[in-house]
Amino acid sequence: MSVVVKASHVYKVFGKRPNEVIKRLEEGADRKDLTKLGTAAVIDASFEVEEGEIFVVMGLSGSGKSTLIRTLNGLWAPSGGSVEVLGTDISKADSSTLRKVRGKHVSMVFQHFALLPHRTVRENAAYSLEVQGVPKAERMEKAEEWLKTVGLEGWGDKYPQQLSGGMQQRVGLARALAAETDILLMDEAFSALDPLIRREMQEQLVELQSKLNKTIIFITHDLNEAMFLGDRIAVMRDGRIVQIGTSEEILTQPADDYIAEFVQDVDRTRVLTAASIMRETEATISIEAGPRLAMKTLEDNNSSGLLVLDENRRVVGLVSDRNVVKAAREGQHTITDIVEKTNLFTVSPETPISELFAPSSTAKVPLTVVDENRRLLGIVPRVALLNSMADPGPATGEIPPVREESEPVLESPSAAEADSENGAAFTDEQAAPATAEAATADGLVADGDKNQGTDAATGGTADVEGGKH
Amino acid sequence: MDFMNPRLPLGDWVNDFLTWFTSAFQWLLDFINLVLGGLYDILYLVFSSPVYLIMIVILAAIAFFAAGWKVAVFTLIGFYFVRALDQWDNTMSTLALVIVAVLVALIIAIPLGILAAKVSWVSTAVKPILDFMQSMPALAYLVPAILMFGIGQTPGAIATIIFALPPGVRLTELAIRQVNTEVVEAGQAFGASPGHILSKIQIPLAMPTIMAGINQVIMLALSMVVLAGMVGSGGLGGAVVGGISALDVPLAVEAGLAVVVVAIFLDRVTAALGKKTPIERAHKAAAA
Repeated sequence: MSVVVKASHVYKVFGKRPNEVIKRLEEGADRKDLTKLGTAAVIDASFEVEEGEIFVVMGLSGSGKSTLIRTLNGLWAPSGGSVEVLGTDISKADSSTLRKVRGKHVSMVFQHFALLPHRTVRENAAYSLEVQGVPKAERMEKAEEWLKTVGLEGWGDKYPQQLSGGMQQRVGLARALAAETDILLMDEAFSALDPLIRREMQEQLVELQSKLNKTIIFITHDLNEAMFLGDRIAVMRDGRIVQIGTSEEILTQPADDYIAEFVQDVDRTRVLTAASIMRETEATISIEAGPRLAMKTLEDNNSSGLLVLDENRRVVGLVSDRNVVKAAREGQHTITDIVEKTNLFTVSPETPISELFAPSSTAKVPLTVVDENRRLLGIVPRVALLNSMADPGPATGEIPPVREESEPVLESPSAAEADSENGAAFTDEQAAPATAEAATADGLVADGDKNQGTDAATGGTADVEGGKH
Repeated sequence: MDFMNPRLPLGDWVNDFLTWFTSAFQWLLDFINLVLGGLYDILYLVFSSPVYLIMIVILAAIAFFAAGWKVAVFTLIGFYFVRALDQWDNTMSTLALVIVAVLVALIIAIPLGILAAKVSWVSTAVKPILDFMQSMPALAYLVPAILMFGIGQTPGAIATIIFALPPGVRLTELAIRQVNTEVVEAGQAFGASPGHILSKIQIPLAMPTIMAGINQVIMLALSMVVLAGMVGSGGLGGAVVGGISALDVPLAVEAGLAVVVVAIFLDRVTAALGKKTPIERAHKAAAA
């Protein structure tokens, strides 16, 4: 992976005395106190974008994100710091170099599409090629191909105004893609579209990206969009980048209260994946082992069932404690005959947890996370799935506060139930002695959850506190 | 100078300046005289040489292709009516003078408007000059024009140009500034040069407003021809002025009506041309 865009300490100040403003900001002044000298739109922004990555810059309006993206193709010259695109420092480049960089390396998609209204859709898609001096017949042909790619075949002779918003933005996308640049800047590209179309466009972008492998820098104010598209996300506030990280990092380790508050409303189930909530498990047994060893492993793990693996740690099936005991009593030498292959539900680590709920609710055993070779990576017990939905950090949390002990809390019985079911997962009929202790001792539940598990079992209100740790 | 009863001899200074200017830049004035007078002579020759019926058909054809059959029919009837009023030669003379004045005014106004839209100090500098040109009574600068160019078509053309030019500059500047900045930015973002952006994005998108400016220039130019008649430019203006001085009501009315016919013709044709720009065509396609 190589770095294609590198911003180092970029400042952009509008006003008469930008250098003075930068100096004062470096000394620690607040930008609000400097409004007489100039407006600092971007303050000390540093980041690197790697080849093939979707890098999202997220922030509310006025956070400086649109200004920042315009320094990346030189539409704004930074007031301080430098921007390197594919090794060229464009912050100091002359206008002809800049034009070359824009034509060959960096194209852009705009919030309000910015199509030429007096030209047909095809001519618009061909615009980037026209600027580069590609002969007419050739550029029209290429434009038509790109229109096809974005799903606008047959619309080439229409004018932009005859198309819906979503379709107009597809033209904008085709125009940018036709330039065949390595880098694509997308400035709030889907923000002007209505939600359904927006989702469709996001999905199309992800699909296109998997084919074209561009480096995309995407600006948005919509956190859900940022989390859905972004390999990494830079969160901007008041001109500064406050956190850069993957969507999971931002969701689970927000850098400050502002971000924590921000991520509150995110649909976690779209962002978090099986990999992020799966647990390690010791409750496994080799397919070649005998029932005696299986019994010992069951005892060691206080478990009621074991995952059966082959010599490459590939998941073969599972064995239940009843069958192990039975096999031992009957004097069998291996467990091969008692391996159950049904009831096992495997998922890949990239599966978003939104897709785990349905199988988890019906499966009798925890979901098994395997890699592409079916090798065991971990398991997702139901409690982990439920726990992932709880908010991180003290600033968030929508769990109702504890009032009086007499007041019934609705969540707790179901949570306790979930825990106990989980503990008893491997036994089909013997669900009776399912206590929270069984769940924790199971070895399937990580440390952090032990408290919650016990709390859940001991009392309803305690569970609420557990959730607020 | 008496402070309480001030008298600034500004007029004398201007007069002195003009006298000096006329003698120092005689070559320039001669050149302007040659160009404007020459252009007028050529156009008048072209317009007045053919039999009037052929000329009417040509004008009607222009009206038909620009604005459709209704305006073409008006043109046929209107100009035949003008001939019937015995104002044909005067009308052709006025048409030639208006076209010369408008051409020169646009050659100055449109580039100046574009420049004003791009360079803010040009805009700041041009504005008061335009105000001056529009609000100064036209008669007041007819006199210096006669001083510099003598009696004839040229001072009339100059006065017309000065009077008609401001809306051309103003509307061009406004038109270019009104072009959606994101679209201009898109041009820049794909590496287009400023010239490419101007010719392929800004001017096409500004065209409807620029055309409105051109229309205004033509109408103002026509309104000046009567004044131009006072400095010996002849044409319909000369006829009206002659009518006034001799209290010749029939002549004044006939010449005045001919001005109206020419005005409607020019207005409808140029307004229709404004609807033939690519952007208007796109709007029409979208509305259909």
